[in-house]
Amino acid sequence: MGNRTVEFELNGEAVRVEVEPRTKLVDCIRHRLMRTGTHVGCEHGVCGACTVILDGESVLSCLMLAVQVEGRSVTTVEGLSPAEGLSPLQASFRKHHGLQCGFCTPGMITAAHALLTREPDADDDRIREAMSGNICRCTGYLSIVEAIREARAAYGGASSMPAGEVAAQ
Amino acid sequence: MTIVKPVSGPVVGQPIERLEDLRLLRGEGRYVDDIHLEGMLHGAVLRSPMAHGRILSVDATEARAMPGVHAVITAADLPGHDHPDGVPTIPIRLFPNPGMDPFRQPVLAAERVRYVGEPVAFVVADSPELAEDALDLIALDIEPLPAAVTSENRGEGQPALYEGQPSNRVWGYNAKLGDVEAAFNGAPYTRRERFYVHRHTGITMETRGVLSQWDPVAGTMTSWGAAKVPFQNRKMLAQLLGLDLEKVQMIEGDAGGSFGVRGEFFPEDFLVPFCARMLNRPVKWIEDRREHLLAISHARDVHCDIEIACERDGTIRGMRVRADVNIGAYIRTSTTITPRNVSMFVPGPYRIPNFASDVAMVVSNKSPTGTYRGPGRFESDFFRERLFDLVAGDLGIDRVEFRRHNLLRSDELPHPLPSTAPDPHDSELDSGDYGHMLDLCLAKFGWDEKKRLSGKRIDGRYHGIAVGCFIEGGAAGPAENVRMVLEDDGKVSVYTGSSAVGQGVKTILTQIAADAMELPMERLQLFHGSTTYVKEGFGSFHSRSTVMAGNAALIAASELRSQILAAASELMQAPVEQLRYEAGTVCSEAGATMELTALAGRGIAYEATFRNSKHTYTNGAHAVHIAVDAETGKIEIVDYVGIEDVGRKINPLTLHGQAVGSIVQGLGGALLEHFVYDGEGQMLSGTLADYLVPLATDFPNIRSQAVELHPSPFHPLGAKGAGEGGTIPVGGMLGNALADALADFGVQPRDLPLSPARVWHMVQQGRASAGRAGEG
Repeated sequence: MGNRTVEFELNGEAVRVEVEPRTKLVDCIRHRLMRTGTHVGCEHGVCGACTVILDGESVLSCLMLAVQVEGRSVTTVEGLSPAEGLSPLQASFRKHHGLQCGFCTPGMITAAHALLTREPDADDDRIREAMSGNICRCTGYLSIVEAIREARAAYGGASSMPAGEVAAQ
Repeated sequence: MTIVKPVSGPVVGQPIERLEDLRLLRGEGRYVDDIHLEGMLHGAVLRSPMAHGRILSVDATEARAMPGVHAVITAADLPGHDHPDGVPTIPIRLFPNPGMDPFRQPVLAAERVRYVGEPVAFVVADSPELAEDALDLIALDIEPLPAAVTSENRGEGQPALYEGQPSNRVWGYNAKLGDVEAAFNGAPYTRRERFYVHRHTGITMETRGVLSQWDPVAGTMTSWGAAKVPFQNRKMLAQLLGLDLEKVQMIEGDAGGSFGVRGEFFPEDFLVPFCARMLNRPVKWIEDRREHLLAISHARDVHCDIEIACERDGTIRGMRVRADVNIGAYIRTSTTITPRNVSMFVPGPYRIPNFASDVAMVVSNKSPTGTYRGPGRFESDFFRERLFDLVAGDLGIDRVEFRRHNLLRSDELPHPLPSTAPDPHDSELDSGDYGHMLDLCLAKFGWDEKKRLSGKRIDGRYHGIAVGCFIEGGAAGPAENVRMVLEDDGKVSVYTGSSAVGQGVKTILTQIAADAMELPMERLQLFHGSTTYVKEGFGSFHSRSTVMAGNAALIAASELRSQILAAASELMQAPVEQLRYEAGTVCSEAGATMELTALAGRGIAYEATFRNSKHTYTNGAHAVHIAVDAETGKIEIVDYVGIEDVGRKINPLTLHGQAVGSIVQGLGGALLEHFVYDGEGQMLSGTLADYLVPLATDFPNIRSQAVELHPSPFHPLGAKGAGEGGTIPVGGMLGNALADALADFGVQPRDLPLSPARVWHMVQQGRASAGRAGEG
């Protein structure tokens, strides 16, 4: 089968790339467009490391073909990072030690950004539910939930901890 | 006991945000698959689909002819295939012994395959997709043999894996303390139990990967993707490729998790550079998730027969252990550690005056095993703590009092651990107040209030609690190196042989070096991740980097400060005794000062080696409260408390992260994670949808606290290795809490994991034997 040309928007920039029809979106982003922030953890849609934002919705780029994003807008962790330093969400991850090895982190940032953009008031249960498609092997998730909770303020959501926060805290 | 006064400083002990994070959060990490080299080719591994069989033929003719394929290598293409010694085998890194040589893994299977996933051929092609396509064109003819799947009873009655070997028990360790026979003779109370800890392992989020580049002019090999022990792997690779050590360079980059499993020398660590040299092109290989689940070091999988002798008042007279470790098909780099640790660590923090263990390493047709967070200790703690609750019940002694009564007191430390043989490495528990840690844990947990919930049924669920004590070994020797260089701009460069595997070693060591040099952290730059930085490095395992590299940094800083004073003495024309170093400035008694930039070009540098053969023992206690749904078998963690004395906290933020992550990983191992094999040795849990790791929704209620009451008496920094202690006690805690919750059903878990199906089954059995079907 011949190659196909795909045009789409990546982090606000128009891109045009020739791919084999079987090329996965994540491989196209990583190895053709050389944005290596998006990671591959399982290639079967379970771990969430490859989460990108497609027209505002978080999707798994290992389960999509590059040709499926023709004419659409894709945002990766690079697109959520300011020119220098960290976004409030990223800074909150750093403050709360929401990352160790950092491999799942780009997927966490994209998934959390998509969540808080839509639901800036998400409570802990909702955060945990929404992030349950992103596996982290290092942190045990406590610090990730704390980081996302505190970042809500930057998305116009609740800025303080909800009353009756996990008794264990 | 001498308590060393900790070196004081403004940043050690502070919750400093990590230096590593900026890049990683922005998606600018450099993991091995992020590196693209000009002209790079891609590899794929053909793996055995069968657990055990004789290789009749491997025909790669068609694959080799496929467009885009550059090479297909099989065992017949490797050096040594026509010699009696055979193809290269993977060296044993830890506690090797010539008697283990027949069981080392060939880098490609030559005559037999011994586990599903064993590499049989390696393809190199223009793209990873083409390389995988070519795998389908290799005709592999294997005559199946019956598979050995269990190590129980030394693997007796199982098919033999190695021709000419009398049994599948290929090695073993025996440890001893006191006179165990005398302790059991005439003991007023004894009890014997059989327990099993199932097969599971670390599962890093970044799968393994190797990228190698050969420079034909310089004759050098550069390999990316190293982690954990790059210096040791360099030695192995140099030896296997027939190159001088200095011709081989290993580059770490960022590593997506280790937990002990990542970074050992695997077959691909040879195959990729071998092909890069053969083809004179860079070659990259990235493991996929299914391969990872088959090919990474597996762990645990230990059967244990354990016996205890006590006085009527609960005083332990002695313990005997006979264990069978299912090590998988081969003895690999770190396979010896779990059996060694099981032989030594069953006593834990308790006073067991007489002890004997006999631990067998039994081969099977499963993936080879290696170290995983708390190796042999997670297992030992499950065996010991489960047994203790049963014994306390028999003797009518409160389970907390039984533990308190038998914990070593601080005036009994240092206390020798049982010495294991062959190849003994004696160690002693260093310092601590184990009873006090138990009290702290009970208080934080609220044991006295929660006690009343034991076995109660509330809103349809049964509640149970448990508590137990643990030790965690750290600071493995023999040494670590740190080189410090005073740069012309007045900054201090710090080079280390320790590895970063996500644990934050860069931040930790910068904090230690900054205080030792009395400089703000911004004036230090830390380098790690290349075998060119220091003359030798020892890596990151056995919770060692903070202690080993931290102390090396203290030595290097002290020497650097001496050199600074000596150089300044010359320039300032003042005797060195009249100078002092103060926060990056040299001050003379006469009132003159000199900044470090003035010492540019004086070659001020020092490479320090910290040697240490004495381990540190972080210690503490855990307590858990669970609620169990008897109808579904699901266990909810209502509360989990872990308390540990780490001697000295370098960074409370990263320490807390290690502790919580470690507990959750332990909970995964106790409740969810399981490599399930069928009777033919086929692995049935080959995806992350079958091999379940903890998710964000699973364990929200974890509390962890570290204290620094008893610094290590054996080294100036005082810190004890930490990060594995969270995992170690979890299996025992969960087993005991489940027994407590389901006391009405007489449930006594003896095997892990405590997955819903297995818990439900125990409830059914309990109902049947109590004749209470339909109740509950």
